[in-house]
Amino acid sequence: MTARISRWPGIELRAADLLEGKITQTRFRPDAKYAWSAGEAMSRFLEELQNGRFIARTCHKCQRILFPPRMFCEECFRPTDEWTFIHDTGTIETFSVSYLDTDAKRITEPILVGVVSLDGASPKMGMMHYFGEMTKEEIRIGMRVKAEWKPPTERRGSVLDIRYFRPLREGER
Amino acid sequence: MRVGIIGIGMTAFRPSTPEYNWKELMFEAASRAYADAAINPREDVDSFITCAEDYYEGFGIFDEFVPDQLGAALRPTCTVSGDGLQGLANAYMQIQTGLIDVAVVEAHSKASDVVTLDGIIEHALDPIWNKPLGAHPFVVAGLEADAYLRGTRTSPKALAAVVAKNRRNGLRNPLAAYGAAVDADQAMQSEERFAPIRALDISNPADGCVVLVLASDRAAKKLHADPVWIRGIGWASDSPSLETRDWTAATYARIAADMAYRLAKVRRPATDIDFAEVDDRFSYKELQHLESLGLAKKGEAGTRVLRGDYDADGRFPVNVSGGSLGCGNVFEATGLHRAGEVALQLRGDAGVRQLDGVRVGVAQSWRFVPSATGAVAVLGAGP
Repeated sequence: MTARISRWPGIELRAADLLEGKITQTRFRPDAKYAWSAGEAMSRFLEELQNGRFIARTCHKCQRILFPPRMFCEECFRPTDEWTFIHDTGTIETFSVSYLDTDAKRITEPILVGVVSLDGASPKMGMMHYFGEMTKEEIRIGMRVKAEWKPPTERRGSVLDIRYFRPLREGER
Repeated sequence: MRVGIIGIGMTAFRPSTPEYNWKELMFEAASRAYADAAINPREDVDSFITCAEDYYEGFGIFDEFVPDQLGAALRPTCTVSGDGLQGLANAYMQIQTGLIDVAVVEAHSKASDVVTLDGIIEHALDPIWNKPLGAHPFVVAGLEADAYLRGTRTSPKALAAVVAKNRRNGLRNPLAAYGAAVDADQAMQSEERFAPIRALDISNPADGCVVLVLASDRAAKKLHADPVWIRGIGWASDSPSLETRDWTAATYARIAADMAYRLAKVRRPATDIDFAEVDDRFSYKELQHLESLGLAKKGEAGTRVLRGDYDADGRFPVNVSGGSLGCGNVFEATGLHRAGEVALQLRGDAGVRQLDGVRVGVAQSWRFVPSATGAVAVLGAGP
């Protein structure tokens, strides 16, 4: 129906009308600030990122290596058992080529983003991150990748301590 | 069909919990509840209900982050955006349908994660009508306290008596965050905040988590549980408008209580009920709620608290747990904590604060400023 109507009754609003205060409106910026405790498992995980390595937790009951680490196993509903390091290499599980940035602006060089299953963790355990040093034509599911870390002095205990995952080079592990 | 509480799990209430995130806090309370009920959540539970408000959590779609630490992965879960007693009402109804035999209700507070707690509460005010005034949201409680004291001819000394009683009760509850030997004079002399409300009339925020396990009578028998029965439950909301609400009485609490009493066949609440846990996040609220629940006549709650009737060894013990003044304001977990506390008393598991010979107790919640929403549960000892 809307397709058949070329002109709607009334006066169309322009962005300028809002900016010039011609439109009745109420503005409020909530004072909403949070500082979440990362907790036992994530605190250790973030600390180890600064050391340039990934740490996981094991569950002795289901025999899984859980990453990201957690203090409880969601399958068995029991406390997890031990800390263990896993590798910073893995396999692309799924990816998307994003032509919009976080502001929904169209970009010419697309962002490659996806989920990596990490070596040493149980299947389907890994992390979502960016991909680099590869083109949208080259990226594929099953591709072997490795974390590209920021230099130690620039690491802050954040998932952004990894710049992106890049293709695993020959002879590298 | 009867519905009973077969498992109670609570963490300690503390001003802050920097070593745990909220998921780890929830895992602790859930583990305690399942151990108490002697059940395995991965096999024995049919439905999980959490109670949370995204603004308190600081992220959207809170329910997405729930399953793992509750034993609810790949199971039916949902979140009630309300107080824990509203979640309890939902679990009660789910079991009443006959589709669910065992349900879990969770509510928590990680208030220490919120840097601007006042700002979050302020955000609950009507954005066009009230918020532009820029008043602190607790002014709403000040308005109501003033109307209540005048309308019922209650002395401000009664508020101080509530503060002293509940803070002292907190000393006998190992889970309480703010137990203290505060006396009434101290409360009367504390700094004025939102007159007639003084600094000590206001409960302080706390972290904590409460998990209850509910079962139908048939499932309870199968699990060899000795339930505390939910005899009645009710909830209601007044108009959100600050201009039209009653102010003197808590009408939402009266309507919620009427509903719960009707289900529980309680005709004379003041004599049929042995003790109460009511919302006291501002001291006047305890008195106002007792009157609205029909547990005291209008204007009498103040004189009765001054007489010691509501003490742990008084004629009608109120907030023996320490209430929110003694335990801390645990936001959406407030009502569920009270239901858990009433259940502990009815089971005879309340430790040094155990009341003698109690058979029926009432738990009541309010959804905090600026709301006029509340819920009431009547719990009874078995069989």
